[in-house]
Parts: sequence; structure tokens; C-alpha cells
Amino acid sequence: MENNVINTPIDPKQIPGWGVDADPKNDPTYPMRARMNVSQDPDSKHRPASLQSDNTEKLQSVERPNISAVYGTTVPPSGLSGMIRRAAFNYSENRYRHWLPLVLADRVNVVEGIIEDLAHGKVPNIFAEKGYPVEMKHNRTAFLTKMGIIGAVTAGAVVWLSSGNKKKKEVRRAARPRY
Amino acid sequence: MLAMDYRGPKRVRAVQKPMPEIKHPQDAIVKVLRTCICGSDLHLYNGNVPDTRVGTTFGHEFVGEIVEVGSEVTKVKVGDRVIVPFNIACGECHFCRQGMYGNCHESNTEASAVGAIFGYSHTAGGYDGGQAEYARVPYANVGPTIIPEGMDLDDAVLLTDVVPTGYQAAEMAGIQTGDTVVVFGAGPIGIMAARCAWLFGAGRVIIIDQEDYRLEFARNYSYCEAYNFKEMNDPVVFIKKTTDWMGADVVIDAVGAEAAGNTMQTITGRKLLLQAGSATALHWAINSVKKGGVVSIVGVYGPTDNLIPIGNVLNKGLTIRGNQASVKRLLPRLIEHVQNGTLNPKGLITHRMPLAEVADGYRMFSAKLDNCIKTVLIP
Repeated sequence: MENNVINTPIDPKQIPGWGVDADPKNDPTYPMRARMNVSQDPDSKHRPASLQSDNTEKLQSVERPNISAVYGTTVPPSGLSGMIRRAAFNYSENRYRHWLPLVLADRVNVVEGIIEDLAHGKVPNIFAEKGYPVEMKHNRTAFLTKMGIIGAVTAGAVVWLSSGNKKKKEVRRAARPRY
Repeated sequence: MLAMDYRGPKRVRAVQKPMPEIKHPQDAIVKVLRTCICGSDLHLYNGNVPDTRVGTTFGHEFVGEIVEVGSEVTKVKVGDRVIVPFNIACGECHFCRQGMYGNCHESNTEASAVGAIFGYSHTAGGYDGGQAEYARVPYANVGPTIIPEGMDLDDAVLLTDVVPTGYQAAEMAGIQTGDTVVVFGAGPIGIMAARCAWLFGAGRVIIIDQEDYRLEFARNYSYCEAYNFKEMNDPVVFIKKTTDWMGADVVIDAVGAEAAGNTMQTITGRKLLLQAGSATALHWAINSVKKGGVVSIVGVYGPTDNLIPIGNVLNKGLTIRGNQASVKRLLPRLIEHVQNGTLNPKGLITHRMPLAEVADGYRMFSAKLDNCIKTVLIP
């Protein structure tokens, strides 16, 4: 095995801070050393005194008995993706029926985002949003190669699909009985 | 205010958004002074975390100045400059009272397994993050910690996640004096985990990655041995061989879901999303740690399943540890380490750019351009 990085012998005791946090009792470690079961905790159900309350729609895990004392209010569910998300939250975090719809909703949400931009008269600058200018600057050859390959594959796929459709149509026409 | 805006996988931009508001009596509004792009932000950026909604602002590493407080906030006041831990913790629930501030039960309605994290999808609570000019910070009596006099903001911002997570990776591993510690991943967290392993008395620290520039950086910053797995036939055999065929005492997975190095894992985990990310590093960790050893996981994976050799965990008698860092619990000790010069967090920063260039920042970090290790955004 070869490696470009040269490794020289290291004397640990020369390293700043070596062993300053060493503790022979560091096993088992956090959080087990502070472990407390529910019966040892006289106030295991304790909650903060004030609970956040507003009209923002929030989706609640079915593995929780209540809404947490504080919660995020950013981007409430909406549109088709929101409907999918609401359906996903009928199932626990233990189920694919929870997570896979959420992944689907995320993809639907991307399309909704583009539609929303266009509806507001804004054409998203996808080239800039993907950070391509900085990749062009620092990795021009690889970037142009990547774009070239994507372009060629896309063009090839379009040509192949178009020619395939044409052939199929011809076959259908040929197979149609003539009277 | 200007804020980062997620538009879909690998698409972000900076836009004007409404100012955040106090929603709870223990909330504070923080004017962000420094914020970072984290390796775990890339899981969101790549669209791998379920329930990441278009329009969300990412960013769980930020420091700032308090500009408004709710009626029940007593521990900090307007004008204080604070370190904001990446996890949102009430400080009162069954878990917080055990010091598990990364596992708070009163901050995330949308999932029970993970606590709340700023700007980290609705699965992690649905909060906007700190890659913005201002951010809402819940439980301001608990999380925000005043930046000590004289501490550089660049050091402070890395105390929100990178330093505590790297430190806790070493701590969870239960390192004993003289242990051989292997760290998979030479990103900021892996580099910091390797550096912190020495604080616990490690006898040998080895870091493994595929990027030579990161390995070179790690070798200098963390005083560790550094090897490129692309130049090995099999990293597990390499580790066995270099540890007298015993395996490492401790292995730290500081990679998580974006791991390279195994085609099957990459295709099923990163391309097809049939797994909760590629578990290559964890797979290697389990197989390269010695019998009875400890695997410590701080690399982030998604909430579903991963293919790992669980049979070897049983057969080798391994202990597997993992958690989101309990930043608040660790901060006092880590601030000491920074103040006395033992740790030099800002030494990890390679790029600084304005928030308005957030799209370039993500691409640069994601594609590892210009020898990028850590990017700080300045609103």
C-alpha cells in the first residue's frame, strides 16, 4: 500500500493537552454514567411552564402524547406536498409509510417551489442556485466535462426516444388491417 | 432580512425573508454575526433528509448578538453576544436533566427519535436556522452561552457544533490511556475528533479519508497519522495490519450518510435512497475495531435503515455508542480548552464569504473545491 501523505512517528506526550481529560473511569461513558430511569426520577413528566401556542399548522408524531412546549413554525404544510405529509403523519417513525411519503413530498415540493417562483414572476436562476459559477472557477475542466456528458446523454436519450416512437408508429400502421 | 433559502436538492439561494418573531416567553431573537456550513448540512443540501421543505433556512452553527428577548428570559439580555448550541433544549425534561441536551423531549413535535436542531428539516423540529441575518432562538435561558471576553468570534462559532461533536466522539469512545484510535472521515468533525482523542490520552491516532488535501491538513492540525483509503486494497486489512492484526481499540465514524468507498453502498444509499445514506464508514468501523472495542458514531444518518454487519457486532462483543453532541453540557470545559490554547478551533476555517454567496459556499464545500475544509458565512 502506498500513500501520498508522509507519516512521521508521533510522541503523544509532546502533543498540547495530551491526557488532560483522561479518566480511568471513563467507561462506561456519557450518558450512561448519568443514567436515571423513570422510576428514579420523581418528576419524569415535567414540562416547561409555558407552552407555545399559535395557529401554525404542525404535524405531530404519533409516538408523542402531545405537542412539544416549543416548536418550529417555518413552512407549514401546503399544497399537494402538504397533503402527502399529513397522510405520512398517520404512521409512526417505525414505518416506511411515514418516511417514504415524506421523501416523495419533498420532491413534489421542489416542483411546487418552481411553480410558486413562476407565479410570482420570478424565473429561478438554477445555474446560480446550484453554485455552478464557483465550480466553473475552481474546477473548470471537470465541470465542463460533466456538463458535456450530461448534455450528450440527454441529447442521445431524446434522439433515441424520438426514433423509437417513430418506429413504433410505423409498426402500428403496418399491423393495421386494410380493407 | 437576508436569509438562505432551500429550493431543492443542490439548489439554494439568498433571499429577503420576514424577520423572526418571539413565539414563546423564553425565546430570544439573535442577530447572527457568524454562521457556518456544516458537513451535516450537506445531507439536507443533497435532499437526503425526509421532510426538508422548500423555503427552509438551514444553519445550526451560529453565534450572534441578542436583540430581543421574551418575557421569561432572565439568563441573557439584549446586547449579549452568545454561542448558540446547535440543539434546542428545554433544560427541564427527563432527558435534559440527565445532561442529554441533544435529546430534549420538549422541542420537537414532529419526531420522537431526534431532538430539535436549528435549520435541520421538519424531522428535526421545523425551525429556521442561522444562515440568516437574524434567528429565533427558543429556550434562551438554557442554550445560549455568553461568549467570554476576548474570544474570537471564529473560535466561538465552532464551539456551537464542530468542537463539541468532535470532543464527544472521543468521549463516547471511552478512550483509555494508550489506546489506538482510528477516525474515519477528515472533515472538520473528524479532524476535531482526532485532535480531541489525544486529550483523553490516546496513544496513537489514525485518520482515514480519500482527499489528500484533507489528510495533509489533519496530519498537521491533529498531530495524527493520515492515510488515503483509495490507495489501499482494503482499509480494514490495512488497520488490522498496522495494529499487529488486533484491530483498533476505538473507531470513530465521522462520515455518516455521504460516505464514499463502496459502490454498492453508494448506489443504494446515496443514489437510490434505498438506505438511510451510505454506511460504508460504519461498515468499516465495525470490521476494523478490535474484539471488545468501541465504535463511536457522530456521522449523521437518515431515519430509516442501513446495511451494516450487525452479526460482527455480536461476534466481536462490540460497544456501539452514538449521539448528537450535548453542546451545553460540554461548553464550560471546551471554552477552557480554547482559552488556554489547547484547542484552536478557528484553525479549521479555510474560507470566509458573505451570506449573499451562500449558493457558492455550499457548492464549494460539497464539491471540495479550492481545498475547502470549513466555510464561515458572514451576514
